[in-house]
Amino acid sequence: MTGIPASPPAKRFPSLLGQILFGMATLAITLLGLLLVTFVIARIVPTDPVLSIVGERATPAQIAAIRDKLGLDLPMWQQFFIYVRDAVQGDLGNSIRTGQSVTSEIARYFPATLELATLGTIFGTLVGVPAGVLAATRPGSIADQIVRVVGLMGYSMPVFWLGLIGLLVFYGQLDWVAGPGRLDPTYDMMMEFTLTSYTGMILIDAALNGAWDVFANAVSHIILPAGLLGYVSMAYISRMTRSFMMNELGQEYITTARVKGMPEWRVIWVHAMKNVLVPLITVIALSYAYLLEGSVLTETIFAWPGLGSYITDALFANDMPAVLGGTVVVGVVFVTLNMASDILYRLVDPRARA
Amino acid sequence: MHLKHGFGRAAALAVLMAGTAPMALMAETPADTLVLADAIDDIVSIDPHEAFEFSGTDLNNNVYDTLIELDPTKPGELVPGLAESWAVAEDGMTYTFKVKSGITFSSGNPMTAEDAAGSLRRVVKLNKTPAFILTQFGLTPENVDEMITFEGDTVTLKTDKAYAPSFVFNCLTAGVANIVDMKTVMANEVEGDMGNAWLKANSAGTGAYVLRSFKPNEGYVLEARAGHWRGDAPIKNVFMQHVPEGATQRLLLEKGDIDIGREMTPTDIEGVSGNADIKVQNDVGGQLYYLALNQKKAELANPKVQEAMRWAVDYTGMTDSILKGQWVVHQAFLPTGFLGALTETPYSLDIEKAKALLAESGVTLPLEVSLTVRNNQERLDIATSLQNTFAQAGINLTLDVGDGARVLEKYRARQHDITVQTWGPDYPDPHTNASTFAMNPDNSDEAGNTGYLAWRTAWDPGELHAMTEAAVVEKDTAARTAMYEDIQRKHRDGSAFVMMFQQARQDAMRANVTGFYAGGATDSATYWTVTK
Repeated sequence: MTGIPASPPAKRFPSLLGQILFGMATLAITLLGLLLVTFVIARIVPTDPVLSIVGERATPAQIAAIRDKLGLDLPMWQQFFIYVRDAVQGDLGNSIRTGQSVTSEIARYFPATLELATLGTIFGTLVGVPAGVLAATRPGSIADQIVRVVGLMGYSMPVFWLGLIGLLVFYGQLDWVAGPGRLDPTYDMMMEFTLTSYTGMILIDAALNGAWDVFANAVSHIILPAGLLGYVSMAYISRMTRSFMMNELGQEYITTARVKGMPEWRVIWVHAMKNVLVPLITVIALSYAYLLEGSVLTETIFAWPGLGSYITDALFANDMPAVLGGTVVVGVVFVTLNMASDILYRLVDPRARA
Repeated sequence: MHLKHGFGRAAALAVLMAGTAPMALMAETPADTLVLADAIDDIVSIDPHEAFEFSGTDLNNNVYDTLIELDPTKPGELVPGLAESWAVAEDGMTYTFKVKSGITFSSGNPMTAEDAAGSLRRVVKLNKTPAFILTQFGLTPENVDEMITFEGDTVTLKTDKAYAPSFVFNCLTAGVANIVDMKTVMANEVEGDMGNAWLKANSAGTGAYVLRSFKPNEGYVLEARAGHWRGDAPIKNVFMQHVPEGATQRLLLEKGDIDIGREMTPTDIEGVSGNADIKVQNDVGGQLYYLALNQKKAELANPKVQEAMRWAVDYTGMTDSILKGQWVVHQAFLPTGFLGALTETPYSLDIEKAKALLAESGVTLPLEVSLTVRNNQERLDIATSLQNTFAQAGINLTLDVGDGARVLEKYRARQHDITVQTWGPDYPDPHTNASTFAMNPDNSDEAGNTGYLAWRTAWDPGELHAMTEAAVVEKDTAARTAMYEDIQRKHRDGSAFVMMFQQARQDAMRANVTGFYAGGATDSATYWTVTK
């Protein structure tokens, strides 16, 4: 996350449809490249996935049987070809560790992360943008200092530590929020055995079921981790907003507008914001994508079964199908968000309109 | 240049206010549910004939039963499980088991001798990792249908040699010998897997509980069966939550959001020790900590160097600090609680003695060695302590840190110099550890005998191999005990291993929880005895 604002896309596509099609092609090529790199790295590292799953006492015959079953004796290009062929059909293979289909596992882990990352990003944006604007309009003021210090803290403090402190204070001491996990056991069992799961996102599922007690419980569980991730993304968003806004406020057209007597709030929130929004969309999309990868440490502290811990555990266990599956999802998320921000550009940036 | 006062601030405040959650509900677990937190990411499979990790065997112990069991209240004592009686014939190679009548599986199917024989055959035919516990009696996929038979209510098991009967019976109490509902399992077979894929997400046993759901790395839910043959379990639901972080578990336990925390560090345990609402239950475990010295590295094959290392470990220094309450000093390969386990601890930290031995050894000093260790805090603490005391004696340890799977792979590929490892017994018989620490049929690289720790560290046990073979067929239990004591002493004083610690398990639980049994050195966790 370098924070260098992306330049608006060139006028290659006269139509939105053209751009979407181009995006799809980019997605396919990016994914293929991503898979290839991950696949090669996974094969280069001097570890053997079989050894990590057969446990402590397997015989050579048992090891050979598993190698054969996983097709590990085929040439690498052939293994890769088989993998891509199946992936295109929506079959990401079975996890080596658990034997379950990777698609179904990711379908379980990703919603947990999606829910957390979305709330975190909303929080980070709603707080980060106004804070950044506030700091930019009064450079050097107390408000500016506060925004900068708070931002710096979010930027430099270990999330792990912040999370534990947050748990100790808001859950342990104050009892404002519920503890780690997505739901209390009672509600968890309700969600699993008596209610219908539509999306895997508990807040939405509980609402769709009209189970407001489950909903309330889920809210009290998600607030802290989402707030924490929101804080981290807010730190980044507010910093970037501040620098974009300061840059914009020094422009001539702003001076012109002020001279013409336009109210200050309008100068900032409409006039300048229109131009700040362009790079800001990239920043927000980037930080959203970053959260969507799943934040391993946050997930560990909050016992949150998300994509981050899924991919990390899979890496530790050398569970290639799961690692590749997770990588595909992260890749899709990145490319999709990129596309979405490109499309948003066209809508907000007059220069990008054909 | 007027910003409308407080616009940004108001917005920020509004969002912050929205972040104030409703009051968390009264923290108390439901009365009919036992809520546990543990790190259960070690589970590879919960098919009882494949499960070979602690968390998985803990789960299965409550869902399945074996023909013969260990009495949770009298560790080490064999009691009837699904078999009401058993016998061994004169030839010492034919074992018979009479199964109880009137016991049903969770499907409602009656449990029969056919299921029992079919289950044991399934273990051998599936040939998953723990299958060796049964195949070591000469069973193969080809001969198992003749070796294990049934007629009426009797199951007959033939072995290839006359083993010590205690050895055979002990092995049949292991998780791999759990009896499954063969009709249900085979009805869910895909591509000739004997129901293996189905059993990774479902249960089909006679146990006190039924698996309601299992989500890898997330948790599982068990539900008590009405009319269980042992009597109904007092607790209706068992809710296991995967909480990998000890500090998080402690917090949950203090708040009353879980009943039992099973993965708490000594620091966490100390933190709750003054809390009247929480009690800590001590138990031994079967795990041992040891160092394996790779004999491919010439200096480590030098007996003087090996002995020097035994005197260069700060055993009590570690058990009094970093391992307090979790591990005790133990210097033999059989854990306390096992037949023949040696409890004497002749070695202690003696840097001068270690120095003298190293000087005698003739190796170039300081000796440069790498220590392969898993990236977990406890192991890193041990490694750091070793690094410190070894350096004082003249051995420079470079830490080679990796995650569990990679470290294990390195060890199994014989690529380590020294590695810090733990080992747990597979079944409650001394042969389980003797066979791996003191036997190595072929020390060549090609043999690939990763099941033998001696092979992994490239050590040829010499006479100990034959002594261990003799001990496992000794019918007289007193004589057998003496044999294991002898083997352990020789091993302790002259092998490529430095045995250091035995697990002393600590489970922290709410004060109202009683009857939880962690399994000791020889068994798994028992939920059906718990009340709260």
